[in-house]
Amino acid sequence: MSKLKGWKEVPRGGNILKAGSAQEYETGSWRTFRPIHIEENCINCLRCWIYCPDSAILLKDGKVVGMNYTYCKGCGICAHECPAKEKAIKMVREDEYEGG
Amino acid sequence: MATKTKKTKGATTGTRVALTGNDAVAEAWRQINPDVVAAYPITPQTELMHKFASFVSDGLVDTKFVLVESEHSAMSCVIGASAAGCRCATATCANGLALMWEMVYIAASLRLPISMAVVNRALSGPINIHCDHSDSMGARDAGWVQLFSENVQEAYDNAVQAFKIAENPDVLLPVMVTLDGFILSHTTEVLDLLPDDVVRDFQGEYKPDIKLLDPAHPITMGPLDLPDYYFEHKRQQVEAMEHVPAVVTDVAQQFEDLTGRKYEFIERYRLDDAKVAILILGSSAGTVKAVVDMLREEGKPVGMVKMRMFRPFPVEELADALSGMDAVAVFDRSASFGAMGGPVYIETLAALYGKDVPFISCIYGLGGRDLTPGMIRPVFEDLLKGKTEPRVRYIGVRE
Repeated sequence: MSKLKGWKEVPRGGNILKAGSAQEYETGSWRTFRPIHIEENCINCLRCWIYCPDSAILLKDGKVVGMNYTYCKGCGICAHECPAKEKAIKMVREDEYEGG
Repeated sequence: MATKTKKTKGATTGTRVALTGNDAVAEAWRQINPDVVAAYPITPQTELMHKFASFVSDGLVDTKFVLVESEHSAMSCVIGASAAGCRCATATCANGLALMWEMVYIAASLRLPISMAVVNRALSGPINIHCDHSDSMGARDAGWVQLFSENVQEAYDNAVQAFKIAENPDVLLPVMVTLDGFILSHTTEVLDLLPDDVVRDFQGEYKPDIKLLDPAHPITMGPLDLPDYYFEHKRQQVEAMEHVPAVVTDVAQQFEDLTGRKYEFIERYRLDDAKVAILILGSSAGTVKAVVDMLREEGKPVGMVKMRMFRPFPVEELADALSGMDAVAVFDRSASFGAMGGPVYIETLAALYGKDVPFISCIYGLGGRDLTPGMIRPVFEDLLKGKTEPRVRYIGVRE
């Protein structure tokens, strides 16, 4: 976790003085379930990319190449929305997940 | 050394007029010309907004006047406008203040320098439209500065000083100016108004350092604040309140330079050689002064302390004023149910901790019950006799 600031250092009243600061808030630590991308099942419809609330679906040349686990909260919307016959995203409990 | 010319005290001649308390506060706001005023009517505040609405209709102010559907919306409206960078005011009392409760706290925690007139009225129920302090006393932990007024002149003067205190960069907290419902709000008294240009110069232009309506510098106000930062922001609020006394003193000094009228956190009335004293807020201070004068004629060493600033609580000034007393009665125009006396009593007791002064709590005037000289005199006489039991008394209630 990044170093937390003291009360004399933060803007008053909880104000956030610059845009895009959510990028500094690494929500990946919230995750209980990890989405795993299964490339052979993926039809690259990009629905997961559209729905992901944290913009954590990684694309390369218009194709899904994985997830950004620094921000992915593990909400599972991507897996729920995946229309492929054989789901291209499955959710695995972090404590049962082995290797990358 | 460069010479600096200082205006002679009281050199600014104003206009002597007869106005009600409500009209006097509206007059102060006409002179200040706030950017946004929102209001919902509630007796006895209604005439204040009637008067201000007529100034809007007559084109005497540039204010955007917003008629909302409730007090919750009135406070929400001025919070939004203040966050956008406007100078804002509203007024309410009693159940209206209770209905805006959620937003009263949010105004303070967002650090918005809003000014609100609270025309003190008893909280329901049973429903009652007359004066007591249960409304603003209930808001004592909301994070607002609270200034009480003894008479119509003080209501006007506090209203003129409120924005300047609130908008100080070391403060940035909302300020509540109270005036006793009907007793001041609907009673015509003679007072001195400052000239319009003097009031406007005194206020200066409001230049917020940050505001929502600044597309070149987009910011977020009021985001979710979780356990990792909420506490830090509350600590900032405590610090802001600690800056208030110095700013109130500075603003009062500038005001005194203009008017000759002196304002402190507390007023000491015939206190120097007093052996016993009454501490009180609001319009009843005038009645107590009359009783002090009567008893002084009889050679009795009595005095009075009037509290003008209740938030932040003037701990050191009270300790200094009251620590030598043989006995003190603290008069509260509200009850704190289940507590060991009225709210002002409890805090004064804490301020005098270790000073060994006997205190009694006198609850009076609930729901507009008059406090007469005949009710005050026996309290002074008991204090002079050292009779401090019962510790909590109800002045003017029928047994």
